[in-house]
Amino acid sequence: MTDPTPHSPDDVPADGPAVGRDEWVARHDERRLARGRLLGPLEERLRRVPWWAWLVLFIALLALVPAVSGSGYVRRVAFDTVLYMLLALGLNVVVGWGGLLDLGYVAFYGFGAYAYAVLDSDKFGVHLPTLVAIPVVVALGAILGLLLGLPSRRLTGDYLAIVTLFFLQLFQTVMTNGDKAFGHNLTGGPNGILRVDPFHAFGHSLVVQHQGVFAVSYYYVAIAIFAVVFVALWLVNRSRTGRAWRSLREDPLAAEAMGMPVSWLKLMSFSFGAAVAALTGTAFAALNASVFPLTFYFTLLIIVYTMVILGGSGSQPGVVLGALIVSPVLEMLREPAKGRILFYVVLVGGALVAFRVSRRLGVIVAATVAFGFAAHAIANAVDHSWVAGEHAGGVSGALAHWVVVPAQLARWLTPVSYVGLIGMALVLTLVYGRLRVALLVPTLYLAAFVWENVMLTNPEPARYIILGLLLIVLMILRPNGLLGERRVEII
Amino acid sequence: MAKTLLELRGVSLAFGGLRVLTELDLSVEEGEIVSVIGPNGAGKTTLFNLITGIYEPDEGDILLDGQSIVGLQPHQISRRGVSRTFQTLRLFLNMSVKENVMAAAYGHTHAGIFRSMLRTPGMRREEREIDRLAEERLAFFGERLMGYRWNQPAYSLSYANRRRLEIARATAAKPSLLLLDEPAAGMNPVETHEISELIGRLREEGGYTILVIEHDMHVVEGISDRVVALDHGVKISEGSFDQVATDPRVVEAYLGTKATATK
Repeated sequence: MTDPTPHSPDDVPADGPAVGRDEWVARHDERRLARGRLLGPLEERLRRVPWWAWLVLFIALLALVPAVSGSGYVRRVAFDTVLYMLLALGLNVVVGWGGLLDLGYVAFYGFGAYAYAVLDSDKFGVHLPTLVAIPVVVALGAILGLLLGLPSRRLTGDYLAIVTLFFLQLFQTVMTNGDKAFGHNLTGGPNGILRVDPFHAFGHSLVVQHQGVFAVSYYYVAIAIFAVVFVALWLVNRSRTGRAWRSLREDPLAAEAMGMPVSWLKLMSFSFGAAVAALTGTAFAALNASVFPLTFYFTLLIIVYTMVILGGSGSQPGVVLGALIVSPVLEMLREPAKGRILFYVVLVGGALVAFRVSRRLGVIVAATVAFGFAAHAIANAVDHSWVAGEHAGGVSGALAHWVVVPAQLARWLTPVSYVGLIGMALVLTLVYGRLRVALLVPTLYLAAFVWENVMLTNPEPARYIILGLLLIVLMILRPNGLLGERRVEII
Repeated sequence: MAKTLLELRGVSLAFGGLRVLTELDLSVEEGEIVSVIGPNGAGKTTLFNLITGIYEPDEGDILLDGQSIVGLQPHQISRRGVSRTFQTLRLFLNMSVKENVMAAAYGHTHAGIFRSMLRTPGMRREEREIDRLAEERLAFFGERLMGYRWNQPAYSLSYANRRRLEIARATAAKPSLLLLDEPAAGMNPVETHEISELIGRLREEGGYTILVIEHDMHVVEGISDRVVALDHGVKISEGSFDQVATDPRVVEAYLGTKATATK
């Protein structure tokens, strides 16, 4: 018998096992093409479409929104969504590429809005042309980012998070108390700054409302800003600076040893994120014609972070998609009718994802439906007032005969059902097999009960709870976000 | 005689009360391959960290091309022509294989952020050069780093190929002095043999001066012009492989004295 260990890579027969060659990876393309006669080549085709073609398509679709719906409300939501996309893109520079946990991000957004308000309002009687004001505000935002970066450049992780969080609080405090700064009213305090100029250039002003309906002009301006920012960041990411930013995220020590000035790169990343946020702030202030300190606080910070994490931190299309999902969902949850649709779609969709199309799913759906009608019938038979709340709550159709909505909800029932639901969900994670299926049915029903009776009557907290649930479910299914690249830690 | 590229003069470093390196003198001539050997904890990797500026020596001076590099930031030292690999691999795992190498070209390229946004002709030219450089450095490893896509993320590489990629990345910084920290660690006999040949080729074809830490004595014997042995932060022997390998102090450092050794 010969020695099985080959002595040189040349000894290895061409079709034999190749030592040290990553066979699985090498055949990635073959596998992809073998996926099917239709799907494989289609994926290959789609992969070859250049990035700017996707961007043009996306922007064309965005631009069509006002044409599809004349409603001022829809246009306004679309405008806000574009602003959120911009915010997410800016945060992606700091968090997704630089790998820096910046919890003060929305302070830069607020700074941009305030700076624009100061430069273009009756507050100090300054009315700079927009084409001057915007570059000034963006430059100031970048400088502020640099200033915050200077003391924090040696910090990473938790420590950086604390310092930046403090910065957000500082911004908040200064803006709220700025009406008594050394005897001058600089920021308007809690009342903010009012009567901020709209965008205006060459003697024309962009009107916010046209005959009482939200005018599309601002929307198109926002889309234009979005396109410019997206392209600029895309090109930076595919340059020496972008590669250095991502190297810094992966391993700062190795990046430094490979000739990259880590401290400077961190400052640049901070500064760029801040500049994008400040730019977005100008559009926000101009559209709303006013700024208030509490707009730029934790709720907004959490929403923007949700978008970035949900979409896939580090991926530009990902964070845009995150904004595109989260912003309309939050809007829909304001209205019971739309929120209800969303809730049941998520419920059914979640079950579909968890169990696929299987007999078990069929059993669960059938059992839940039957359970509901039975519970409703029993409640109706015992006391009609137990199920008389449907119309007050706006429940209609088959749903009205399924979910129990009492006319008068007993005081104790709210916390009990709420806590009960959480308890049931926790128990579900501990049991397996048939018991889990059996317990899932009442849990689903209880969820619907809580939704109809408790959450819909308090839409404001319910919005964020639903957002949190959405995030938890998605993080379990796709830990790196919807479009995020697969990530590995150092192993 | 060739000129001295790297010179350490009486370098000492202590972490608190622990003296990691004591009064170390070391010089590396241009074009030489010098191996540093010694038991675990002898201070070999600390030596590399000192040369690359991650630590600063408490005493002594480190000269590169006759100029002191003590007190410079690691990225400044990298720009002066010192590049390294890490004993515990430190690749940019979530970036593509090619991007790992391209990233290391940062030090000798110039396009700023705004030029990148505008894609100026100069920036495009530089980008093409970086691209070509990366492909050339990866091609150096033959089919080992060619056979599959350069666009795969680095984490998809096998352990041995990660080591190769680290060397490719280090050379993309265009160094004159290359520090290799245990390049053959964790490799099988075939791959170890390959690495020895590769280090020779790095000098012949790349023109690098190489300082290498290695535990595998076959590799050390095969490649070294000179061997330096460290123990407890002190240089205990220096010379050709045969001289060092037979030096009683080196044998003692590795195996203990006759009195304590059994058998």
